[in-house]
Amino acid sequence: MPVNVLNDGERIPDNSASEPPMLSVKGLRKVYPVPGGEIEAVRDLTFDIAPGQLVCVVGPSGAGKTTLLKCIAGLLAPTSGSIELRGTKVVGPPHSMAVVFQEYGRSLLPWMSVRANIELPLKNQRIPRAERTKLVDDALAAVELSHVPDSYPWQLSGGMQQRVAIARAVAYRPEVLLMDEPFAAVDAQTRADLEDLVRHIWQKLGVTIIFITHDIDESVYLGERVLVLSNSPTVVQEDLTIDLPVDRDQLTTRSSARFNELRGHVYEQIQLAKSRTLSGPIPATKKGHKS
Amino acid sequence: MRYPKRVLHFLGLPVLLIALWWVLTLGATNFFVPKPLELLQTFWAVWAGERFLTDFVPSVLRLLVGLGLTILLGVVFGVLIGSVRWLRSLTEPMLEFFRAIPPPVLVPLLMLLVGINDQMKIIVIISGAIWPVLLNTIEGVRAVDPVLSDTFRTYSITGFVRLRHLVLPGASPQIMTGVRQSTSIALILMVISEMFGSSSGLGFTIVLFQRAFAIPEMWSGIVVLGLLGLALSVISKSIENRLLKWYSGLKEVQHAS
Repeated sequence: MPVNVLNDGERIPDNSASEPPMLSVKGLRKVYPVPGGEIEAVRDLTFDIAPGQLVCVVGPSGAGKTTLLKCIAGLLAPTSGSIELRGTKVVGPPHSMAVVFQEYGRSLLPWMSVRANIELPLKNQRIPRAERTKLVDDALAAVELSHVPDSYPWQLSGGMQQRVAIARAVAYRPEVLLMDEPFAAVDAQTRADLEDLVRHIWQKLGVTIIFITHDIDESVYLGERVLVLSNSPTVVQEDLTIDLPVDRDQLTTRSSARFNELRGHVYEQIQLAKSRTLSGPIPATKKGHKS
Repeated sequence: MRYPKRVLHFLGLPVLLIALWWVLTLGATNFFVPKPLELLQTFWAVWAGERFLTDFVPSVLRLLVGLGLTILLGVVFGVLIGSVRWLRSLTEPMLEFFRAIPPPVLVPLLMLLVGINDQMKIIVIISGAIWPVLLNTIEGVRAVDPVLSDTFRTYSITGFVRLRHLVLPGASPQIMTGVRQSTSIALILMVISEMFGSSSGLGFTIVLFQRAFAIPEMWSGIVVLGLLGLALSVISKSIENRLLKWYSGLKEVQHAS
């Protein structure tokens, strides 16, 4: 796709002038019909994501982050606007995309071993057995779970279960990896380890990652770029480039002056987003409880 | 639990009850109440001989064929109705209607429609025993976790692979509950269908003995039915243990946390 088509107007920040974007969200709007009216979960989202970028999407709870993710993943149809993956409109779950959900305990099959869980999408793609075995072994090694391939998921701790879900996504070799608050339900120490794991996998595989979180620190620590979403109804409040060094670690990065500046900035933006909705114009549609 | 201890628990109460029965009937003269030893002799005499082939085996075959078809049809239609929303709203009132009909009243009707034969007995078994399997399968299929469902969609896993690896295993705990209930109903209906027009089978034999005032023989037939029910329950339990190992493990973990 030629570059000039993508830069139509001023709405799209020119983050990746040289390359066509991996993912392009244009004027995305999603309205849920409810009894007695409608809920506008997402009002108007427009952004591009370059190939190989690690983008964090952060916003207050109820900001329609999960709606955005489900639209990108092709699980929900947008009310208006479009999502394009490498220039092709997304109408259903694309083959080159994998999703890691927050509810790790409910996204793995409890009747299958860890290995079988990771292998199932590959089997479904009719990948030959030898290649399959290698992909699963590599993925297990990447998440440091090579020692438990025959366990059932429910025999593992929460953090380990989420690593199995990540291994399944990695073995699938997606171009785009979507992560929906994947670490919201694990303890702080495990969470730090898993954050480093995501950075590690991203650097090693060069996959495009869209990481959704409500945690400001997490978004700044992980991302090369942070998209701050406003409160419901959702628009892009801020598109921030994170200019921290590529090699990050929990101790030095998180205590650096620049990290604190950036997280302060994101925090301000989110506060602004909240107040703007409260005092801002009342949307045309009926306002209901947040999704 | 250790093996000998389990055997002890399994046999303990039956042995105790038989001992009690033996003591209480030591001096009894009631014609209708048999004594343990007498019953055992009758049991052996009646069921180890010709009746095993002419009555026991046909009954068990009817039961197994009927139950097998019940489970097959119940799961197939349960998956269909559970997966397709409009089919569910279409069939729900009908299912409640047919479920409410006591299956024994169908026996005279089916005798007229199908004739007095094995097919009639098998149809009676299916028509009465299918409901627990069918309704439990529908519920189990409906209750498949939406997150798992989304996961399968994102990996583009559809059709038969989805059925084989998501829908059926996900519904299997519910299906097994239905199968267990259906099994006991099938046993009852097997006997009832043989009590009406029939010339062989356990139900037929028990009624025959009763009419001939062969009281110990009649009791021995009842014991056969009890033992058959016990055997079926042991078999279905062992299948369940194997099939749902993951489920009991999962439940244990969830209760512990």
